[in-house]
Amino acid sequence: MSKSSPELAPGRALGAADRVLPQFCIQCGTCSVVCPLIEYMDHSPRVLNAMMTAGGEDDVLRSRAIWVCTSCYACTVECPKQLPLTESIYALKRQSMRTGVYPRRFITPVLARQFVRTVDKRGRSSEAWLSLSLYLRTRPLQLVRYAPVALRLIRRGRLPLRPESVRKPAQLRKVLDALDVTTGEHA
Amino acid sequence: MSYAYYPGCSAKGTGRSYEESLRAVFGALGTGLDELEDWNCCGASGYPAVDAAKAAALSARNLALAEDAQPGTGPVDVIAPCAGCYRALLKTERALADGGAMAARVGGALGAAGLRYQGRARPRHPLDVLVNDIGLDRVAEAAVRPLGGLRVACYYGCLLVRPYAMFDDRRAPTSMERLLAAVGAEPIEWPLRTRCCGGSCYCGGPLIGALPEATLRLSHRLLKDAKRRGAQAIATVCPLCQFNLEAFQHQMNRTFDEHIDLSVGFFTQLLGTALGLDERALGANRMLHWRLPDPAAAQGGAHVRA
Repeated sequence: MSKSSPELAPGRALGAADRVLPQFCIQCGTCSVVCPLIEYMDHSPRVLNAMMTAGGEDDVLRSRAIWVCTSCYACTVECPKQLPLTESIYALKRQSMRTGVYPRRFITPVLARQFVRTVDKRGRSSEAWLSLSLYLRTRPLQLVRYAPVALRLIRRGRLPLRPESVRKPAQLRKVLDALDVTTGEHA
Repeated sequence: MSYAYYPGCSAKGTGRSYEESLRAVFGALGTGLDELEDWNCCGASGYPAVDAAKAAALSARNLALAEDAQPGTGPVDVIAPCAGCYRALLKTERALADGGAMAARVGGALGAAGLRYQGRARPRHPLDVLVNDIGLDRVAEAAVRPLGGLRVACYYGCLLVRPYAMFDDRRAPTSMERLLAAVGAEPIEWPLRTRCCGGSCYCGGPLIGALPEATLRLSHRLLKDAKRRGAQAIATVCPLCQFNLEAFQHQMNRTFDEHIDLSVGFFTQLLGTALGLDERALGANRMLHWRLPDPAAAQGGAHVRA
């Protein structure tokens, strides 16, 4: 059993994680119906809720489903119980990162971490370097497939190769470091 | 009149024509955009998956910078054209306004770097500003080259109206349709206009995204449906959506044995065209395929490079 945070008490449905709305999922399945990514998930949003209620948090953390979520907020908007489902999936992603319990051989956690590293270092994201480093690390052969698109973008000035940076990285660093000091539940 | 302007990372890369056309359109309407000095990434959808407080702090620094640039006590409207940035900034604004533990931590972190957020900066989307501040009448008056009944599919994607519906309906928004109709377009009925393109998955589409096949399929469904409904062009409000729908039509056609060849641009590009602005100023030269029917030609007339 992974270490739980108050953010994600076991035995709670996804939505209850926020503690704003102490309601439980009624298993109506609206979230699953409106989820545009459901066909790529191993467990539907409704089933994830059921698993959380039943205390199967580790299984939830190991599922691809939470990392397939693009956070489009369709479920949040349509949930008849107004559970903050998308935010709860974010909380699960963070829990997954903290505890190191996540689906094996799945690329999204790698991408999230790479993205954070880039932003921490430069203050801005670089589409070209982020994609290049990601492909090199996870699926170099795919580079060939998308190289023509990348070249067309470069020719049109849409994929600058010089990474953008903030001018005061030290100031940004101070802001982010200040949040490292308190290694609380959200850290 | 002038607004604070937060470009976001994509505006300097794949979405450069969004920034170009936005500046051109606002300039033509006599409205200035003052880019925030030394803005940083909003945190997008990737950072909150790792650290919620730092993600909020990233957006909060931008809001604090906007207030610094406009001293005083009044509200500071910050225009964020990227729907992803817009949502990230809004989410942070709300978290800081509610005064909870998160607000205190983020406020403290800003303070450690000599920054302060007073609650004056408000994220605004340019579509909201054009429709509700500048107004459809003024926009229509300025349309010297109306779009001649161009059938446009107005695509909102996820994050412009979800979860925060600040200026339009979260299920059936109409702002973009009203704006483009005011300059001579004929927007199509399109229920899928708020359906996810698959690309909000951390900055990027099949090129960068985590699940290329999913993004390709989701985007393809949108394009196919828009085409079936007679759309001649798609107007977007987000650089990620625009990129996904524009750049991979070739791959979609190969994967799904289809022939889709739709011009997918930013709503500001179509608006700028109607305002008679130079196509280069609207970033038309950066598009991968951008062909609008010539409004001057007869109905169903020849296609020209626009």
